Amino acid sequence: MSAEERDQDLVRLDAAALLRLYDTGEVSTTDVVRAHLDRIHATDERIGAFVRTLDAPALAHAADVDRRRTAGEHVGVLAGVPLGLKDILCTKGVETTCASRMLEGFRPPYDATVVERLRDADAVVLGKTNMDEFAMGSSTENSAFHPTRNPWDLARVPGGSSGGSTAAVASHQAPLAIGTDTGGSVRQPAALCGVVGMKPTYGLVSRYGLIAFASSLDQVGPIARTVPDAALLFSAVAGHDGNDATSIPEDAPDVLPGLDGGVDGLRVGVITEFMTGEGLEPDVRARVSEGVERLAALGAEIVEVSLPHASYGVSAYYLIAPSEASSNLSRYDGVRYGLRVDGPTTEEMMAATRGEGFGPEVKRRIMIGTYALSAGYYDAYYLQAQKVRTLILADLAAAYERCDVLVSPTAPTTAFALGEKVDDPLAMYLNDIYTVPSNLAGTPALSLPAGLDSAGLPVGLQLMAPALHESTLFRVAAALERDLAFDVAPPGLDDAMEVTS
Amino acid sequence: MTTTATRYEVVIGLEVHVELATETKMFCGCRTEFGGEPNIRTCPVCLGMPGSLPVPNGEAVTSAIRLGLALGCAITPRSQFHRKNYFYPDMPKNYQISQYDVPICENGRLEVPTAEGAAEIGVTRVHMEEDTGKSMHVGESGRIRGASHSLVDFNRAGIPLLEVVSEPDVRSAEQARAYLAELRGIVLALGISDAKLEEGSMRCDANVSLRPMGTEAYGTRVEVKNMNSLRSLYRAVGYEIDRQTVLLDAGEEVVQETRHWDEAAGATSTLRAKEEAFDYRYFPDPDLVPIAPDAAWIEELRAGLPELPAEIRARLTSTYGLGAEQAVTLVDAGLGPLLDEAVGAGAPPSEAGKWLANEVLAWCRDEGVEPADVPLTGEQLSELIDLVDHGALSTKLAREVLPGVLGGEGSPAEVAKARGLEQVSDEGELGQMVDDAIAAQPEAAAKIRAGNDKAIGALVGAVMKASRGQANPQRVNELLRERLGI
Repeated sequence: MSAEERDQDLVRLDAAALLRLYDTGEVSTTDVVRAHLDRIHATDERIGAFVRTLDAPALAHAADVDRRRTAGEHVGVLAGVPLGLKDILCTKGVETTCASRMLEGFRPPYDATVVERLRDADAVVLGKTNMDEFAMGSSTENSAFHPTRNPWDLARVPGGSSGGSTAAVASHQAPLAIGTDTGGSVRQPAALCGVVGMKPTYGLVSRYGLIAFASSLDQVGPIARTVPDAALLFSAVAGHDGNDATSIPEDAPDVLPGLDGGVDGLRVGVITEFMTGEGLEPDVRARVSEGVERLAALGAEIVEVSLPHASYGVSAYYLIAPSEASSNLSRYDGVRYGLRVDGPTTEEMMAATRGEGFGPEVKRRIMIGTYALSAGYYDAYYLQAQKVRTLILADLAAAYERCDVLVSPTAPTTAFALGEKVDDPLAMYLNDIYTVPSNLAGTPALSLPAGLDSAGLPVGLQLMAPALHESTLFRVAAALERDLAFDVAPPGLDDAMEVTS
Repeated sequence: MTTTATRYEVVIGLEVHVELATETKMFCGCRTEFGGEPNIRTCPVCLGMPGSLPVPNGEAVTSAIRLGLALGCAITPRSQFHRKNYFYPDMPKNYQISQYDVPICENGRLEVPTAEGAAEIGVTRVHMEEDTGKSMHVGESGRIRGASHSLVDFNRAGIPLLEVVSEPDVRSAEQARAYLAELRGIVLALGISDAKLEEGSMRCDANVSLRPMGTEAYGTRVEVKNMNSLRSLYRAVGYEIDRQTVLLDAGEEVVQETRHWDEAAGATSTLRAKEEAFDYRYFPDPDLVPIAPDAAWIEELRAGLPELPAEIRARLTSTYGLGAEQAVTLVDAGLGPLLDEAVGAGAPPSEAGKWLANEVLAWCRDEGVEPADVPLTGEQLSELIDLVDHGALSTKLAREVLPGVLGGEGSPAEVAKARGLEQVSDEGELGQMVDDAIAAQPEAAAKIRAGNDKAIGALVGAVMKASRGQANPQRVNELLRERLGI
């Protein structure tokens, strides 16, 4: 086997397989990390998954893991597994931009709690991944630096806002990646890229050091090529953090032991409204229906459930999230860090900085949010949206009285073309129709590949569960994944590799 | 103001900010002390760094609840933090975390003693919030206009504040002063802040309006800021009442605005007009969960409240027999504990009260020392009173000894000795002086012998003069009578 062939094999391995190889001593972390960095450098000119790679620190960490492993010293649970980190998580001394001009050159003075936990787990951070600016978008086209392309078809978007992370995992640049999900930003790009993406219960993963978009909705989530890998990464980052007042003050559910438990006897609810709506592509519906049939075949009981207020979810979401964002993003004023565009007075300096620093989608949401919170409009918009949020929570609670998990498509369509929706924000926002209810309710949800559409693009199936029922969620997902045996291998990727190497 | 009292009713509401003496800031672990280089007590949270999150300070919450209980407030079962959004360069996040429609304490009342009689002022609410940083404008003017650039110090950013809002129940400048004094006394008794008006750890804004006597509708309200002492609050409110009276008498309108009190000029001037009022876009802070204090814990805090100024005053008058006015003076000055200490050390309460209310307070005023921080122990005060009682010091000499004690020169006896102020009671020494006086004024001596008792004053005076005031006058009197055989 040539070195190149060996590297190609290494980058195809999932995290669990890598950890087994490390255990037997067949391969070193340094070799694995180098293979992934090589892969990134060979393919990323075309994919655009990363905004920055961290070759030297990654190799240094890899060498340290190798040394400790050889010396029999302690190594973490993800020791030596390469990982892509969405550029929304603060990394001490390492540029963190949220894919915005506003934070170009910004080096945080501290690490996010998630970053600390990943380091404790000895996951090796390969670099920071691309995203929609401040996580606002569903295509990663809103990055101020460059768009990310879908590894399945480079003319198409990877979804967003964590499109850099999902594209990296789909294109074998990393077996694992971290994303964040405010309205579907982990699950929708996971669906469009044919990988697994999961949003935990709100409060299970610390938001400290996660640059806020919409604080009541943001959650960090794992992205992987298999459900067990996603569960492993979830386990490494979840758990109470005293630096986040919204962190749940209990241990996170232990999801790993039950992964092989199967679905026999579990009640799976199919959401009527999400299988019939306008805009849902027939192929997507077909793959999800087949997935439901497989679950039934595996012994699950299928029930029909209704979420009568779910159709208002997107409207409520696009008031609540921008309202919080309008306040969260006030701090970018040129006074203390990031971009500063000078002006004759402080006020003019602030205005000029914000005018130049933010992209059009960010400005649109700041304006919507500012409007929704204004005196005289607050009740009609922000407060009304919060009432809808309460109704959706009640809908979900009622549904979970009749079933253990819910099933729906993750997104109404497969990957769309770059540029197709950039001028139509409303069409773009409708990508989130099936994902926002879990964010509004703070409940966990997961997207896994359910097959391909007629154009050969992956379809995502979404599973949802009640708060803190991650074990059930991962268990059902793992059972379905084993049954579907979906092979995540985007065609044409190796050609891309040939072209640039 | 006398004319005002007949034609217009004064309506005043007070907003008081109390800077809490917690060890750390409201939402992060940075320390709260004063001074030092700019921006040394900062962290990602109080600098509003991207991704940082606030975590409420339990000690600040405890302080808020204790103050609420002391003011007779209801403690809200689930109170909420809101964001108050506005852009300002010394506010790191460009929003202030505060409380809005669900403050931690509501519906209290405060009975305040005034020279005009007791007044009851409603307390609308007590809420928690964080302080901002401080801007310094660099340039010739030192003000923002004309500055070449500004510097910002975030050491103060995030320091916990309590805002206490009164009902518009205050009817005079004296009531305003008394309300602030009483609130300050409570804050000091609770030990939750050093409550120094001069240094800004307690700040008071007054909303002042007038309405024709007997009418219900409020007049146009003016907010007055920058009062740095009880006296300055009294003066500023008085000035504003007079200013508005003149306007109304002339048929002119009072403009709704914020005015700045200038202590040196003794006048207020426009700071900003109402048109510049902001829409703060308050909404619940999604980074923070509601504060839901356990009912049992609230009762525990209630049971642990210290004796409050009103209770101390009642005790000073009933148990110690002090006058009401003196009790107010002592309690306002925070001298209650020192009085108790002195009494505990054996001093008669009325004497100790007199010394504290007069001599000690006067010394504090002269030296610019906060009365509550006066360097005097109850033991020392008791000893001083005892020395007077036993004739070792005259009252006059004792007044000279006191500054020495306060100056750290030692106990009263030590100071008296060191300064040569001990009263002369020695028989031999005094006898000689008495004999000299009789010899020097034979006529006076003759009058006394003849039964003119009043003439003895002249001889006592002569001895006192000869002893430079250090002779024990009572003993001198006795010796004179002995010598003269009466």
